[in-house]
Amino acid sequence: MTGRPRIQDFDWPLLGIVGVICLLGILEIYSSTHASALAGMQWKQLMWIGIGVVGMFLISRIDYHTLLDQAPVLYVTGIAGLLIVLVIGYSRLGAKRWISVGGQTLQVSELMKLIIIIVLARYFTEVRTDRLTLRDLAKVAGLTLVPVALILKQPDLGTAMVLVPVALVGAFFAGIEWKHAAVGLLLIALLVPLAWNMRHHLKPYQQQRIETFLHPEQDQRGAGYQILQSEIAVGSGGFWGKGFSKGSQNQLGFVPVRYSDFILAALAEEQGFIGVCVVLLLYLGLILRLVDNAQKAKDRAGMYVVMGVTAILGFHVLVNASMVIGYMPVTGIPLPLMSYGGSATAFVFLALGLVMNVRMRRFVN
Amino acid sequence: MAPWNITDQKIPQGRLALFSYVSAALVVLLLAGFWKLQVVQSEHYADLADKNGIRPIAIIAPRGAMLDREGRVLVDSYPSFSILLMRDNPKVLEKSLPQIEDGLGISAEDLHQQLEAAKFEPKFLPLVVKPAASEADIEFVESHRADLPVLELEMVQRRRYPLGEVLANTIGYVGEVSPQELEKNADKYKPGDIVGKAGLEKQYNELIVGTDGMKRVVVNSVGRVIRTLDNIDAIPGKPIQLTIDEDLQRIADTDMADKQGAVVAMDGHTGEILAMVSRPTFDPNDFAVRIPPQEWAALNKDPNTPLLNRAIQAQLAPGSTFKIIMATAMLESKAIPADYIAYCPGEAVFYGRVFHCWQPKGHGAVDLHTGIVHSCDVFFYNVGQRLGIDKIYYYANGLGLGRRTGIDLPSEEPGLMPSEEWVQRVYHHKWYAGETISVAIGQGAIMVTPIQLARAYDSVASGGTLVEPHLLKDLSALKVERFPLSDETVEKVTQGMYDVINEGGGTGYALRLQDVDFSGKSGTAQVMSYQAGAKVGGRAGKLTNGWFVGYAPRRNPDIVVAAVVQGSTEHGGTTAGPVVRDLVKAYYDKKSGHFAQPSTAENIQPSHVIPVADPEAEAESR
Repeated sequence: MTGRPRIQDFDWPLLGIVGVICLLGILEIYSSTHASALAGMQWKQLMWIGIGVVGMFLISRIDYHTLLDQAPVLYVTGIAGLLIVLVIGYSRLGAKRWISVGGQTLQVSELMKLIIIIVLARYFTEVRTDRLTLRDLAKVAGLTLVPVALILKQPDLGTAMVLVPVALVGAFFAGIEWKHAAVGLLLIALLVPLAWNMRHHLKPYQQQRIETFLHPEQDQRGAGYQILQSEIAVGSGGFWGKGFSKGSQNQLGFVPVRYSDFILAALAEEQGFIGVCVVLLLYLGLILRLVDNAQKAKDRAGMYVVMGVTAILGFHVLVNASMVIGYMPVTGIPLPLMSYGGSATAFVFLALGLVMNVRMRRFVN
Repeated sequence: MAPWNITDQKIPQGRLALFSYVSAALVVLLLAGFWKLQVVQSEHYADLADKNGIRPIAIIAPRGAMLDREGRVLVDSYPSFSILLMRDNPKVLEKSLPQIEDGLGISAEDLHQQLEAAKFEPKFLPLVVKPAASEADIEFVESHRADLPVLELEMVQRRRYPLGEVLANTIGYVGEVSPQELEKNADKYKPGDIVGKAGLEKQYNELIVGTDGMKRVVVNSVGRVIRTLDNIDAIPGKPIQLTIDEDLQRIADTDMADKQGAVVAMDGHTGEILAMVSRPTFDPNDFAVRIPPQEWAALNKDPNTPLLNRAIQAQLAPGSTFKIIMATAMLESKAIPADYIAYCPGEAVFYGRVFHCWQPKGHGAVDLHTGIVHSCDVFFYNVGQRLGIDKIYYYANGLGLGRRTGIDLPSEEPGLMPSEEWVQRVYHHKWYAGETISVAIGQGAIMVTPIQLARAYDSVASGGTLVEPHLLKDLSALKVERFPLSDETVEKVTQGMYDVINEGGGTGYALRLQDVDFSGKSGTAQVMSYQAGAKVGGRAGKLTNGWFVGYAPRRNPDIVVAAVVQGSTEHGGTTAGPVVRDLVKAYYDKKSGHFAQPSTAENIQPSHVIPVADPEAEAESR
């Protein structure tokens, strides 16, 4: 079967799931902010979704092979962008993450997520093996850690961490040897205590976040206070929830950034365990559907692209949900498609555009 | 096909399936985590949620003090307590209301009304149920912390006016910001903020207002503060120094205590206001705590308008004090020779009507000097007729009458100086020449404020320099207007005003002071026209507004004082004159170090107060 890539070949069931998640997000943003000075935020979020959808269609038009062809150029551009941010970037809340492009601020690290997906997909395809050598792994690590280091320097621990799963998941499908994987896991197990001993080299805010993750009750003002308030909101929601816009912790503003990073806590309070089940199962459905697209991809390159996207989205959901119930420290990783945020929402749709790109070309020669 | 892309490799279906299983397993793990919080430990967290309460507590910044020119405190602030009612938990609130009504002595009706009014404000903003808590109230709140967690004490700053009624109309008062002001300045004010509502409190609100701080405290389920989250200190408002001299102010106030009218004393060189009185008045301390609506209504409806600052808002006929402006106009315009002499038989006929002089016997042959010193009406009738209204208007307006002086107080009135153009514009008919005759002696369609008159006299005696009256000591960029007058004019007119007081037979002879070149002019303007007064009859028909404007020295005054006493039957030299004299005397006593405190009208050389036996009640008939 041959033919031109067609819009009809978009993964519409997947987009249906995406639509439901976005809708739940917008409703919860409304509920969290309607009685405050931030009222009306849901419309901004809707606008970002609109922009994202347009971007998704645009990126699906360019054959992913063409994108992969340009991987070296994209990579160099991305690194250059991150360096520019560090030099002339625009500071907000103590972090340099933005540059100004034509009056709009742009978070370059979000673009870097897309670039690393493409670059690693190209690399793993080019390696052409089912057994990655140590040399190959070292190259993968090098490609990944340069942008990770630059983003850490901003400092943005959350976004930096998000790049790592793309490499890990890619390596997994490119045929990492079990012994290498085992050694890697062992190394990580050893490195964490080492990093712990090196923690004094971290930025003060990072130190504090780790400290409060370990001892939340000692810090009632900062991140530990946030986690505790999040747990109270989630726990007090109970099985059935307190009802739409009736969560006292959410409405009185006890839930920190309740419309963004902690939106799941706000939803858990108002919609209860039932609501959380619906949301997490929707995300699981999204991930399974993405894996299905990877399975049906025309070639390995397509699969790597799709799984890179899946790795990032899955990681976001895992870390964010864990944070909300106090299983992980506060890292500033939003819940994709639900948390309020322009760059983050736009990124998800662009990433989905890559997936559609692969899907609609599975029958094309 | 790109050279790097070889399609011979198969998709690793097995590993993809494994990825799916792991994802599903992780979701199950996460759900287990939620299950633990929301189902297993749900009650524990629900309990914590109930106890959770962060209360924002405003730390009110005190308003800046107002000091007099020597640094004495005229207005300051002091801390006191308000009782707040928390509204963030409606169930607990509803239960507590009866107990609160009893304990604080607030009626159920009043409380419900207040709650209803605050219905649409954010729930976390508490309601001020008692703005000035007594010790018993504070004790009630403290002892019921456990069973009435909805009550909270808040420290507030209240305004204190140690002088009470003295200077009240000038200082003004404060009150809660109105919904309209709130809407206009949403970023600046929040409900319940105290702002200046009148007078200097309003004029310089921006200067003296502080920046409120904020404390966020976490309270537990019994309302006890567990800890303070953060604390932003209040920044107190800065004090301002006024040009007022408390000594002069007190003297003026005592002199005016039982009268109705106004006094304004001004530094003749700078325009600094040294004293400003308006009577009847009010006590601004009544406004420092929320003023009861009945009391507010009473003040507003009082026919004696105690809230009006008469020194800048009373628009009255100037009477004979206007003759100084007439004299200036006559000499400056040169329309009439300086040695012009009119014959006064006690009355004169203009345009077919008889106009009386206040002296029925007449003054005989009168020149300008005699006209001023004896305040001869017939002389100025003739001057007025020869000048015409527009020439009079030109000089009166040039000397600042009938327009705002620009003093740094809100709501100054402009008064009215008529002209042909004005009559045409407002009444659409021609100016009646007969009206000019009345205006020539400061009656008829002319209205001035005391502050305008003080400035006009200062300006005549200073050769045409109009200062800007002001109350803030270090006011930069003062406007000075020039309306140049020739030296001959100034010499002749000031000599006249000097002799009003210092020449035997002058209308103000009784007011003369030793060693001070005290000069001035009296005026007694009828409240009603001659005919209307005759109809009403009795005392009411003879009511007058008595003026005196005095200054010293004779040229380039150090101090100018304008005083008006309303609704008396006496002559301005008798009612207003002594007030002006006392102020001028006290001013020089202070300068020479002879000032004794406290001083009132009684102990300033009473021997010098000689009864005045020459009322100059101007009369006109139509």
